[in-house]
Amino acid sequence: MISLGIESTAHTLGIGIVNEKEVLANESSVYSGEGIHPRKAADHHARVLKGVLESALRKSGVSLENLDLISFSQGPGIGPCLRIGATAARTLSLRLEIPIIGVNHCVSHIEIGKFTTEARDPVTLYVSGGNTQIIAYTAKRYRVFGETLDIGIGNMQDTFGRALGLKFPCGKEMDNLISKGKKYLHIPYTIKGMDFSFSGMLTEALKYLGKEKKEDIAFSLMETAFSTVVEASERALAHTGKRELLLTGGMAASPRLREMCEIMCKERGDRFYVPPFDLCRDNGAMIAYQGMIEYKSGKRMRIEDTAVKQKWRTDEVDVTWLS
Amino acid sequence: MVIIGRGAEAILEMREFKDLYFPSRDLNIKVVIKKRVKKGYRLGEMDLHLRRSRTVLESRLIHEAKKYVRTPAIFEVDLDECYIVMEYVEGERIKEFLEKIDSERRKNICRKIGNMIGKLHKNGIIHGDLTTSNMIYRDNEIYFIDFGLGEFSKEIEKQGVDMHLLKEAFQSTHYEHFMEDFENVMKGYEEVVGEEKKREILNRIREIERRGRYVRRDSLYNKQ
Repeated sequence: MISLGIESTAHTLGIGIVNEKEVLANESSVYSGEGIHPRKAADHHARVLKGVLESALRKSGVSLENLDLISFSQGPGIGPCLRIGATAARTLSLRLEIPIIGVNHCVSHIEIGKFTTEARDPVTLYVSGGNTQIIAYTAKRYRVFGETLDIGIGNMQDTFGRALGLKFPCGKEMDNLISKGKKYLHIPYTIKGMDFSFSGMLTEALKYLGKEKKEDIAFSLMETAFSTVVEASERALAHTGKRELLLTGGMAASPRLREMCEIMCKERGDRFYVPPFDLCRDNGAMIAYQGMIEYKSGKRMRIEDTAVKQKWRTDEVDVTWLS
Repeated sequence: MVIIGRGAEAILEMREFKDLYFPSRDLNIKVVIKKRVKKGYRLGEMDLHLRRSRTVLESRLIHEAKKYVRTPAIFEVDLDECYIVMEYVEGERIKEFLEKIDSERRKNICRKIGNMIGKLHKNGIIHGDLTTSNMIYRDNEIYFIDFGLGEFSKEIEKQGVDMHLLKEAFQSTHYEHFMEDFENVMKGYEEVVGEEKKREILNRIREIERRGRYVRRDSLYNKQ
């Protein structure tokens, strides 16, 4: 079966093509501006969609007529952005007369991680701009064991990066700065059970601007933020008795965060996995894969069921594809 | 030395009181050493600061709570190695005890539990992990143990979460008498905090349940 997936929850318009064995294509175009302006991001997605689609088809060597399924990310995400992907998916499904499946973006991150690593039943640390969650499968659902009580960790990093005058998204430049930081400045460490919050850290870090070296501030801020999510992940591992940690989401690119997860797992004797980066950040292949496994588990959708769900929670997803 | 528990942040060890403090005396008292272990992934100074402040907080909670309910005696707090030496409360967990007694005694125990939680809440103490595994029955008294997730607070939200967790513990562990048991717990709670406060807490529990985030405990824990 060949499945095409469209991702458009936030700043990435991604189109991926997969079959049961591998990812055949995974193309994307990322909106960049000052943060995410919903309408401008949606305009970007609409503008680049055709080009990204063509390049995905070309890379995979698959023609439209060979597709068996269209999937798209139905939520959670930014409404105007989501609707671009959903509209394109409906159009393709109707024109090609093939089934359509709308999938949950967060769950797709986990499933593509399991598909491309040896993780089987992991605790997932999902860290991106808008989402920061600790998720594990239990009692027939992907349950959120811990999550941010305010902003996403990537959002925090970008806000701080922009205050330093870095270009959005700031991940790479921030990683550079962090690696140069030496002095640890006190930043409040907020963890409540398995939940965490970042706005307090951000406020403190911004107060140091102009008084301390920017690499030291960046280093202290991100050390603190990473420590909280790693600690919460460890609690989730202890709680659930699971022995695997899967790190995914755009922030999985951070070398320091990877290192911390690795040390934590090693000290516990648990295993640690990170998918290839193109499948960690927002991408179309994970959507294509998720649609495929849901379709194969018997799920069907009518066009009327494909309205986007901006606030679709991870634990609301009916997991039909796992025994 | 026997390791009796291993959590995400601490290791629990059982030792003899006399071995630690009075080698020459023939005392038969067991102690627990709760040690917060170093985490290699955290910066050294941050790690020490966190383990230290949490050790202090937990000791203070156990000690402060002792004014109102039974908790283990604390013998030693070490802030370099971040451990607490406390009394090992040798008794039976309420979790098992509750299933062995007749309904009249059961009712009294539940009432008593509610009473004790009421006293803690009234005095600004949140236990943080109320389950019947963290309550020990010894010599006609109930002891609360493990304040590791606790805090000092009088916020209704925190009290609500505390009671909500207990409710879920009853629901999953003592499901046959769950409704009755929890009602009796709330009766005991009301005796201390009054009717209005009880109603507030019940409403808050309902609101927390509606948020739906919370997972039933039996699916959370791998029972060992």
